[in-house]
Amino acid sequence: MTRDESPPVLELVGVRKTFGSVTALADGSITVHPGSIHALVGENGAGKSTLIKVVAGLHRRDSGTFRFRGADAAFNSTAEAKNAGIAVIYQEPTLFPDLSVTENIFMGRQPRSRAGRIDKQAMHQEAARIFARLGVTLDLQRPAEGLSIADQQIIEIAKAISLDAHLLIMDEPTAALSGVEVERLFAVARSLRDEGRGIVFISHRFDEIFSLCDMITVMRDGAYVATTPTSETSNDELVTMMVGREVADLYPKDLAPIGEVVLEVKNLNSAGNFHDVDLSVRAGEIVGLAGLVGAGRSEIARAIFGVDSYDSGTVRLNGRTVPKGRPAAAIRAGMALVPEDRRQQGLVVEASLARNIGAAIRRRLSRFGLITAGIENKTAGPWAGRLQVKSSALSMSAATMSGGNQQKVAIAKWLATDPSLLIIDEPTRGIDVGTKAEVHRLLSRLAGEGMAILMISSELPEVLGMADRVLVVGEGRISADLDRADATPEKVMHAATARHEQSRQEASA
Amino acid sequence: MSADTRTAPDRQSRTLQTARTLLASRETAIVIVIVVIIAVATAMNQSFLFSGQGWRDLLLTPSILMVMAVGSAVVIITRNVDLSVGSTLAITAYLTGRLFIDFPGIPILLVVFIGTLVGAVLGLINGALVAYGKVPALVVTLGTMYIYRGAVLTWAGSDRINASDMPRDFLHLGTMQILSIPLLTIVAVLVLVCAGYWLSSTRSGREMYAIGSEPEAAKLYGLPTTRRVITAFILGGALAGLAGVMYAARYGTISASAGMGWEFQAIGAAVIGGVAIFGGSGSVWGAAFGAILLLTINRTLPIIGIPDFWQRAVVGALIIGAIVLDRYLSARRHRQLQEARDQT
Repeated sequence: MTRDESPPVLELVGVRKTFGSVTALADGSITVHPGSIHALVGENGAGKSTLIKVVAGLHRRDSGTFRFRGADAAFNSTAEAKNAGIAVIYQEPTLFPDLSVTENIFMGRQPRSRAGRIDKQAMHQEAARIFARLGVTLDLQRPAEGLSIADQQIIEIAKAISLDAHLLIMDEPTAALSGVEVERLFAVARSLRDEGRGIVFISHRFDEIFSLCDMITVMRDGAYVATTPTSETSNDELVTMMVGREVADLYPKDLAPIGEVVLEVKNLNSAGNFHDVDLSVRAGEIVGLAGLVGAGRSEIARAIFGVDSYDSGTVRLNGRTVPKGRPAAAIRAGMALVPEDRRQQGLVVEASLARNIGAAIRRRLSRFGLITAGIENKTAGPWAGRLQVKSSALSMSAATMSGGNQQKVAIAKWLATDPSLLIIDEPTRGIDVGTKAEVHRLLSRLAGEGMAILMISSELPEVLGMADRVLVVGEGRISADLDRADATPEKVMHAATARHEQSRQEASA
Repeated sequence: MSADTRTAPDRQSRTLQTARTLLASRETAIVIVIVVIIAVATAMNQSFLFSGQGWRDLLLTPSILMVMAVGSAVVIITRNVDLSVGSTLAITAYLTGRLFIDFPGIPILLVVFIGTLVGAVLGLINGALVAYGKVPALVVTLGTMYIYRGAVLTWAGSDRINASDMPRDFLHLGTMQILSIPLLTIVAVLVLVCAGYWLSSTRSGREMYAIGSEPEAAKLYGLPTTRRVITAFILGGALAGLAGVMYAARYGTISASAGMGWEFQAIGAAVIGGVAIFGGSGSVWGAAFGAILLLTINRTLPIIGIPDFWQRAVVGALIIGAIVLDRYLSARRHRQLQEARDQT
């Protein structure tokens, strides 16, 4: 390591970023030296992604120090950050589906011959050279459309290599990779490190962090916690630093009496999304659906609710089969789905609070086919009160409310339909800690009243804290069914990555 | 990783692959359809192809629409649309006439330049509203379509510019032939070749496809999205402006209603030619062939004795057919790629 001789590649001190009333990053600090692989760890919502986006030029910081290669930096666009020598591999690859693999790598930076003409031959040779270095065979001419997440990730990495960057940031690059692919990625990362580049590596998998990284920075609730050399810390110490608070306060789960089976899913299949899914949820039970991003959890929920169709299998609610592909039928049968993306799918953000709450029960509200604001307000009032939605008036537009209050409105809207099953996707994403606890208390109370709840969450502590039973989804299959007492972070992570582990062992054997 | 991938196919198989792609391409399919239509029309009436007049009309009729369709294709490739090009054509066509009347002896090349420039400025207005105002192109250009048309209606009133108002030399350009090829056709082909080269072989051209294919990714790549979208609209406007000058030379008679509905023909031509309406794919070659197909069918149907209603219905059916075909092909491809992935 050369940490004490040359200036750091990246230096952030006390960087702050807020979106409206939500503070996404309160104190972002990290120092990355050339020739080092630096892990950035923390729970979801700890502010890692926001920090990355500030460095990448996607967000402008509100305050704090940001130095790149020893000089003060403030990037106004991703192009500026890129030109300065920062390459970012995002969690979810963003490619141009209509363009070829090669074009996706070089877009905006194609090699040119005289008169500005793109030198297609040089471009293909360079692409072939990078893929040879990565040890990957991929048809360079085919469009990016339809490529697996792993292949798309490889293109992102090829792009970063072709940039010849001083700083390479990888935001959970291994989330969707198989064992062989992870090994290959690590080999590339190590060779880039040996060339003297700085690398920031974000991952939830401790085994990867300990085998790859030499320094670790921990973040929690948008703030810097500590930086330590990998050799001087342990798994347990990291977890303590990451969580750092009493989990019990945040997850007020009361044990409710478990009743009859409400939802029963048998043998659900959808090509490319999930396979052989069997699951059941009983009255009064909260079932957590855990797994990695892209494992197929949301797809399963959408199929159960009928937003997406599926190839085969059955969904039964209270003993009656629910027809596939028809959300209206699912709602009539007593299902409710609070989607992951509340701004896009959960709410009509331009409309008033009252209108949003009444949105799913419009038929019941209408009198002679007409709905008046008075009827809407009368129905919405009790719900808004019960869920402690903080707003000045029922006529207030949902767009101006905080993320936590919007989420409460999205939940209220579905509770108004009086469902027997509530499916809730990422119930507390992008919500501050205080409101999080309120949402959790609400879920616990609903279960206590006999509602069946299927909760999808990427936050492991949330799943472990709230669920009576945890189902782990790995690569489109249910890979484990754990009782509350048995569910530990290790078991869940192991099940979520089981197939990765297996193929990794095969690769090393 | 899918099993059927490969890095470097040998030269022979690459040639084969190229040949197969060419045969399967939309452009080739349309050329074949055009040839069939011409053959049928010629069989019904020899003079459709084998007469001086027939040959000239065959090439001349689609020329102006080809120029407009090339512009529309570029705009559509960036996931936008320009409905105002018909009105732009009317403005520059009328402007052409006015310039010859108000400034006798004005050089023809200068008129061509002014017409194109005015078109470009009208395109810039659209582009700026779309790119800076963040208003959907459909709404912006629907508005400017009426505004530009209203401007020319106010300006021209019921006035009509006739052939006698314009210099003989200029009108001659509209029908002139070089080696039996009409000059306007040569202009259209030149525009097509330049635009085709630009889109396929330069950074800015490829970025047009990237922006239309996935605007979010374009932002993350750091592409100059705003500037490129404005460029597309300027180009679309400039080509509509040029088409207006060509219109004046070709028809000699210009009223305020010139080019009404042409914007839809231009978009239709692009769609028939395989330019995806959601951007990101297709080529100006396809759009130009689409224009030829559209207008050649229009001229053929009366020869075969098909009534007026059906002539319009055929155009509509072509557009819907092209879109349904695109949907079907892309759904099938997507499904195949996904199944191949599941098997690994």
